[in-house]
Amino acid sequence: MKTFTYRTATDTAGGLEPGAAFLAGGTNLVDLMKLGVATPDVLVDVTRLGLDEVTSLEGGGLRIGAGVRNSDLAAHPAVRRDFPVLSQGLLAGASGQLRNMATTGGNLLQRTRCRYFMDATKPCNKHAPGTGCPARQGDHRNLAILGGSEHCIATHPSDMAVALVALDAVVNTSQRSLPVSDLYRLPGDDPSRDTILDHGELITSVDLPALAMPSTYRKVRDRASYAFAVSSIAAAAKVADGRVTDVRLAFGAVAPKPWRALIAEEALRGKPATRESFLAAADAELAAAEPLKDNAFKIPLVRNLVASVLEGLTS
Amino acid sequence: MILVVNGVEHELDLDPRTTLLDALREHIGLTGAKKGCDHGQCGACTVLLDGRRVNSCLILAVTQQGTPITTIEGIDHPVQRGFLEHDGFQCGYCTPGQICSAVGMLDEVAQGWPSAVTDGGGDDLLSDAEVRERMSGNLCRCGAYANMVPAIKEAAAQ
Repeated sequence: MKTFTYRTATDTAGGLEPGAAFLAGGTNLVDLMKLGVATPDVLVDVTRLGLDEVTSLEGGGLRIGAGVRNSDLAAHPAVRRDFPVLSQGLLAGASGQLRNMATTGGNLLQRTRCRYFMDATKPCNKHAPGTGCPARQGDHRNLAILGGSEHCIATHPSDMAVALVALDAVVNTSQRSLPVSDLYRLPGDDPSRDTILDHGELITSVDLPALAMPSTYRKVRDRASYAFAVSSIAAAAKVADGRVTDVRLAFGAVAPKPWRALIAEEALRGKPATRESFLAAADAELAAAEPLKDNAFKIPLVRNLVASVLEGLTS
Repeated sequence: MILVVNGVEHELDLDPRTTLLDALREHIGLTGAKKGCDHGQCGACTVLLDGRRVNSCLILAVTQQGTPITTIEGIDHPVQRGFLEHDGFQCGYCTPGQICSAVGMLDEVAQGWPSAVTDGGGDDLLSDAEVRERMSGNLCRCGAYANMVPAIKEAAAQ
């Protein structure tokens, strides 16, 4: 690991010198430092800033401090009661040990687990801009079918973020507030940046607006537990007189960012709550998919997930 | 820096790159916590930080000054007897991590924390499926899982 200096942050104003990085739970950053993929000169520990509270917002929403650990958030009574999609998404991710360490802010900012990104000896436009992307010709079974570019098809690994995107969550930083769906950017011709945050911009909390519908999270992975998603879905839906009156859908592990399925949502509003409607909506969203040789299976997988999860929510 | 391990203060002069696992093993001499993958994927390095189970290989020691740290050497818990009685191991390399993880996990269950297989409230949070899910952060190359599940359940009943 490259040498660095360590200090603790004393306020939430953000701001970092060039080459410095914030450290929270460390479950991803310390690993990337061991791998030589992340090489900060300075680590600024933000875990002693008191950002570890979950508080109620007017109207039934919640404010989640950026330092709240994933395990505490998943077990929080108000989250389990009012935002089951978030509790379930968190519990579907990582292990008990890692959830005890990982924070809300850090979970949002974790990097892709694309094997080329994680290997400092391999070309990768994300960790070494301009060196190329071996994934298109190489191992891309678990990489993106939506939102990728010729320069990068990495997938965002978070489960929590998929739930937050479906919940219309708002991220508060040291500089501004923005919808979590606007936090992430697509790779285009600059895959090195995952988010629109400035260097030194510190996430301080995440706001959840009240959700007046049942919600759920489902994750498909290669083993029963403790694995990243092959595909996942966060969903919420409301039905009246047999028709969909409101719906939220977001997909995980299919794109470089948590993928809000706005096309599918639009296709569903006012439609009969039937498997045919759900499949048609999924097809509308997935029409833009650009699969490669080994990840085309994600199209029928996501299609079936949409139908199965919405059937469960609306029956 | 000062690390408080199993109730004992250790004054250390460490490079900030030192993980908690390396501090415990190489500098304090507590070699119970094991280095398996060194990337947070196997759970062999599990210790308790302020009573909560964590992967010590992904924690920088410098971040835990003053936090109560419990390693397998500081644990006296029915889970240990359970592993002996149910033969919850073969080679034993993952065992310290398994036991620390189980102790932390049972405390999580006592607090009513849900898991990915928990359906609503009021269910048995220590069914076989629950134990397997909650312990999924600890791998056992020998595959002694089948005996760990009853070992942990029996310890929980005590």
